[in-house]
Amino acid sequence: MNPRVTQILGLLQGDREADRAVPPTGFTARLTVFTAAAMAFLAVFALALSVATGRLADRWSAELARTATLRISAPAGEGEAQVRAALQVLETTPGVASARALTPEEQAVLLEPWFGPDLPLETLPIPRLIEVTADADGYDATGLRARLQAEVPAAVLDDHTRWREPLVDAANRLRTLGWVALLLIGGAVAAMITLAAQSALSANAQVIRVMRLVGARDAYIARAFVRRFTLRAGLGALVGTILGLLAVAALPDGDDGGFLTGLGFSGAGWFLPLFIPPLAAVVAFLATRAAALRTLRTQA
Amino acid sequence: MIELENVAYSYGGDSLFAGLSLQLAPGSFQFLTGPSGAGKTTLLKLCYGDLLATSGHVTLFGKDAAGLTRDDVALVRRRIGVVHQDCQFLDHLPLSENVALPLQVSGRSKEAQDNLGDLLGWVGLSRQAAQTPPQLSGGERQRAALARAVITSPDVIVADEPTGNVDWEMSQRLLTLLIELNRMGKTVLIATHDLNLIRFAKSQVVANVLRIRGGQLETGVTL
Repeated sequence: MNPRVTQILGLLQGDREADRAVPPTGFTARLTVFTAAAMAFLAVFALALSVATGRLADRWSAELARTATLRISAPAGEGEAQVRAALQVLETTPGVASARALTPEEQAVLLEPWFGPDLPLETLPIPRLIEVTADADGYDATGLRARLQAEVPAAVLDDHTRWREPLVDAANRLRTLGWVALLLIGGAVAAMITLAAQSALSANAQVIRVMRLVGARDAYIARAFVRRFTLRAGLGALVGTILGLLAVAALPDGDDGGFLTGLGFSGAGWFLPLFIPPLAAVVAFLATRAAALRTLRTQA
Repeated sequence: MIELENVAYSYGGDSLFAGLSLQLAPGSFQFLTGPSGAGKTTLLKLCYGDLLATSGHVTLFGKDAAGLTRDDVALVRRRIGVVHQDCQFLDHLPLSENVALPLQVSGRSKEAQDNLGDLLGWVGLSRQAAQTPPQLSGGERQRAALARAVITSPDVIVADEPTGNVDWEMSQRLLTLLIELNRMGKTVLIATHDLNLIRFAKSQVVANVLRIRGGQLETGVTL
């Protein structure tokens, strides 16, 4: 068997005698478990943020890239004719999958949040809107604008680029921030475990002296500390992850695609946080081992 | 086995001793004596690789001590049983586990099941096996330290004032144990300032007396 695998299995299996050589330290143990739990709880939220913003960025990018709006501001009486002309242009434009004029009722619904339900829409010069959906290949926006300018001068094509890009950019940055937060949490766990391990090693200087006197190698001495902190960090992270998942699950859910109501995991994404406890254990293993071997070297 | 050749040691620039040579032959019994602060403990530490000489050569089981890695030093320690004046135990563990510790760290825990009972009986501590070191008397701790030093059947036993904290009767018992070990073929080096103890030993075993004084080591000292 691979020596590294043997080492990991040995770590999990443990060495009861090596463990017993180091006296139990209740306070440090509880502190380590609590900190690991708190960090794991935060890590679940950071992960949820990254996953949700990534999902939003992808959805916004995909949905908005395939839709556009044609706005027709024609004088009274010419509106219908302009709409028909525009639809005709759109139907013959390669890359346009569908084009549909919004009904006055649909436009009223769009305006309702701003003007209320009793707006006499027919008395106002409201532009007519046409919803354009592109096919997978997309259309040539520049060419379409040129055609519309020639054949339907009152039409203005809005392909959403102006506000789609900043939104997607913001969502991508939020996703990056989420990953940075995860890295910082991992670093904080490593720092905390290192300090706790160094404290434990200093407090057990007499134990180390005796172990050396009887012929213990550094790796043997370190193992007792490493296993202890690895298990504590793993246990704390497991508790924190479970609590974090429950908290995320308890967040209000919504199918409106909003940011705050969509902050969570979906589908297989719920399994992602399950990587947090083993990762915390790995971080603790590496941090404690490095701290232990460094301290043992300096105590030579 | 253990050889010091023209060895010097300094603490912070102050020379403790210089030009010191010593050879521990297999099966020999040696006493190291001298006034307090003469360097007895330092010399013992050089013998079990706890300190490195400022100059000169220390050879431990055929290897230059200066060239030993930390793991090598650990392996050397497994061949040398050390008894400290202050014993040095893991206070949270029972006596039985403390005595078995050298076997545990060298991956020979199973041997403890066979040897531990006999060994504790040999040093008269069978009834104290479950007690922790702070619950033991000075003499019991010294005997426990001796048991721990010999549980791996080391080639050499180094004892630093092993009778420093016990009465004369207990000193004789401890020394008798060390003499028994020497008769089994173990090399014994004992640092002590107790001349009566040395006289008692010389009445029972062929023992060489070394004296460190004024930075020099005298061999074949007669009392």
